[in-house]
Order: sequence, then structure tokens, then C-alpha cells
Amino acid sequence: MIDLHGYGPRLAEGALITVELAVLSLVLAILLGLITASAKMSRSRTAHAIGTLYTTIIRGVPDLVLMMLLFFGGQIGINAITDQLYARFGWDIFINVNEFVAGVITIGLIFGAYMGETFRGAFLAVDSGQIEAGRAYGMGPWLVFRRIRFPQMMRHAIPGLSNNWMVLLKTTALVSVIGLSDMVRVAAEASKATREPFTFMIIVAAVYLLIASVSEWAFARLQKRYDVGFGEVK
Amino acid sequence: MAETPIPLEVRNITKRFGDTEVLKGLSLEAHKGDVITLIGASGSGKSTFLRCMNLLEQPDEGDLIVHGETIRFKETKHGREPADWKQVVRMRARLSMVFQNFNLWAHMTLLENIIEAPVHVLGKPKKEAIEHARALLERVGLTERADAYPAQMSGGQQQRGAIARALAMDPEVMLFDEPTSALDPELVGDVLKVMRDLADEGRTMILVTHEMAFARDVSSQVIYLHQGVIEESGPPEAVFDNPRSERLKQFLAPKH
Repeated sequence: MIDLHGYGPRLAEGALITVELAVLSLVLAILLGLITASAKMSRSRTAHAIGTLYTTIIRGVPDLVLMMLLFFGGQIGINAITDQLYARFGWDIFINVNEFVAGVITIGLIFGAYMGETFRGAFLAVDSGQIEAGRAYGMGPWLVFRRIRFPQMMRHAIPGLSNNWMVLLKTTALVSVIGLSDMVRVAAEASKATREPFTFMIIVAAVYLLIASVSEWAFARLQKRYDVGFGEVK
Repeated sequence: MAETPIPLEVRNITKRFGDTEVLKGLSLEAHKGDVITLIGASGSGKSTFLRCMNLLEQPDEGDLIVHGETIRFKETKHGREPADWKQVVRMRARLSMVFQNFNLWAHMTLLENIIEAPVHVLGKPKKEAIEHARALLERVGLTERADAYPAQMSGGQQQRGAIARALAMDPEVMLFDEPTSALDPELVGDVLKVMRDLADEGRTMILVTHEMAFARDVSSQVIYLHQGVIEESGPPEAVFDNPRSERLKQFLAPKH
């Protein structure tokens, strides 16, 4: 049996943090992705420009650099604002950037840009006649989105979504640099303390692989669900 | 006695795509029970005219009056647009469209397609909508296909299903945009039969079609469009048997 030198519970906690971080980041990324896709398809030039700026910046700067910028830079920015509030209004507020929240925001922001491209392509793949039929039957933009565009877009988006999710999952390992005790950081500490890096890293690798396999299965089911009605033979 | 409002009135509609003016001031009045057929060569603007009637295309000028209610427009930087989208939603729910390519929603079964707008747009209770849908399916001869997805149905079945979807709205006017043009010849008959029954029971219909024999049979009025202008209009006997304009004569002449 593998000897974890008592690190078992902390590793398990770390794994939970990794999963929570990944899932919450995914939710944020999907929301940002949908907004970005809408902005880029919008008639408004301003919305289009903002969407393009966002994806260009995010895709052009390394994840690690963005993460440190947002975490450390974010704290400096917030401090500057709270200092001003204290100086001007006498409000004494202190906001500490929490590592977990910072991690979710950074990863969500990074992957929101990629999701935006995925969703944009998927929305454009929906047959315009389907949307027109919705409009012709008195549906407003929100109803058309909810009942027709979204469900029909998803079957085109899932392959890209699944791909982004796999990369996102592995990107969570980067949050260890800003001090969050995720699975990787716990394993790194344990490796140093016990001088058995292989033991701990192989466990971490196995856990990531397990999460990835479960996700793959889940995405396959999701794909099946959204494929209903398409390309079936009589 | 109170006068019932005219289901649909269109006055002086113009529409341009870029530099080409495709509709040059077209008007039409659909009274209850009218079957108005728009004929003309491709590019004459007949489909665009029909699509302007439920604002799938925005007319540049002209008025639309649905059930006595005049649609309000406003000028925006993207051109003329409806001023009140709620009004548009309300008017579209009174006009049902049947498309050339059916456009049944691919991710829903036929039954789901039919109850979709009644439930989500008109706010009809689901149970009631399903009952109505089943009756309509029987009417168009598709009782067994209620749970089929559009991709599992033939073109003719899809179009009859689309007509059932249109009827489920209890529309005041039905708009048909070349409903049989995408069908294999042997499937056209079933769809035309359903449409003929609708005309016989006094439905108000406006259709764009290339089926001249059908147009002659069912129409109360035939409008011949040429390059965005109404070249000739009247009862089918007059238009088909005694065309006055040279262009209409040529259009109607057998092409062998």
C-alpha cells in the first residue's frame, strides 16, 4: 500500500478545491462566453469592439501572467479604491482578495474568451430558418434564444466546450502559485517534506485523469441529448 | 352592429435592398375569408412582399394594419424599425406563416412543434394545447407522427405538420410562402389538399405560389407582380382567362 505520510486528508481537500475551482470557473466562463459571443455578433460596433478587445488580450497573454496580474494587481487596485473612499468619505473598508475567488475570476476570464469563440461559431451554425420561424410565431428575442437558438446551438458547441473544459481543468493547477491549497500545491509540499515526489505526483495525475474521464462521459451524454432530432434516418 | 376590423391591410409598402428597389408601393386588403394569391416571376418581389406583412422584412415605407391596429414605426440608424416590439409580437401571433422550407424546429417532436408557440407565446395551458394539437394532426393526416422529429419525416409530412403548427395559433390570416416549391412532385398533392380544405372552410389566406391551377381554383383574388409593382389584379377568371397586360400573357403562356 502507498504510504501518504498522513497527507491523505489534505490531498483530498485539495482535490475538492480543484474540482470546485474548476466547476465555478467553468460556470463563469460559460456566462462570459455567451456574452462575448452575443457582443461579437451584435450590430453595435462598440459591443463588437469590446468583445474583440477582450478575446485579443486574453488569448495573447500567458495564463500565468494574467493570473498574477489579476491577483496582485487586483489587490493593489482595490486598495487604491478603498484608500480613496477612506480619504474622501471616511469609509473604512478593507477588502482582501481571496485566493479562491481570484482563481475563479482569472480562470473564468481566460476561458470566457475561448468559450466566446466556441459559442459564436455554434450560434452561426444554427439554420436561420429555425430562428425566423420563431420570430414569425410571435417569439421575442429572449424566447427565441431560450427555446430555439440555445438548444440548437449547443450541439455545435459541445465539442469545443468539452475541449475548453479539459484545458481549464488542467489550468487550475496554476492557482497554486497564488497560494491556494489546491491538490497540486498540497502534493508539492508533501513531495518536498517526504522526498517522495513520484508518489504524490502520480496520485495527482491519477485524480486529474479520473476527473477528465468522468467529464468525457458526461459530455458524451450531453452531446447525445442535444443531438436529438438531428441527422436521424427514418 | 359593430364592424369587425379587416384582418390585414397593407398600404403602399416599399422596400429596397441596397440600391435596388424591390417593392414599389404595394397595397392589399385581406378581408375575412379572402384567399389572395401572389403570382409572378422569381425576382418580382412576391416573397418579399409576403415577408413584409409579418415584418420578417422591414418595409422602408408604407403602413401595416392588423385587425384594425396600425403598426408603429420609428427611424433608427439601421433604418426604419417597429417602434413597439410588443405590438409586433401581438400582430405576428395573429398571422401564421408557412415557409417554403417548412422550418419546423428540428430539436422538437412534431407535437412539441405544434404546442410551442400556443404555450409560450399565447400562454395556453399545456394540456389544452396538446388536445388541440392532436385534433389538428388528425386533420392533416399525421396522427401517427406526433412523436416523430422533423428529420424523420418526408417533406410533405413536414409541410402538413407546419400547417398544423400554423393552425394551432388560431390565426386570423395565414401566410404561405411557396409552400410546395421544396417538395417532390408526388408530395405536392397532399399539401395542396390540406390548403384547399382550409380555403373551403373560409380561412383568410395569402399565398405565394407557382401552382397556377391551384391558384385559379381556390383564390378570391389573384395579384400579378412584376418588378415590385402590381401589374394586374382581380378575380382568378379575369386574371387567368383575360389577362390585359402583355407581360402577364407571356407569364401565363405555356412554356414548352
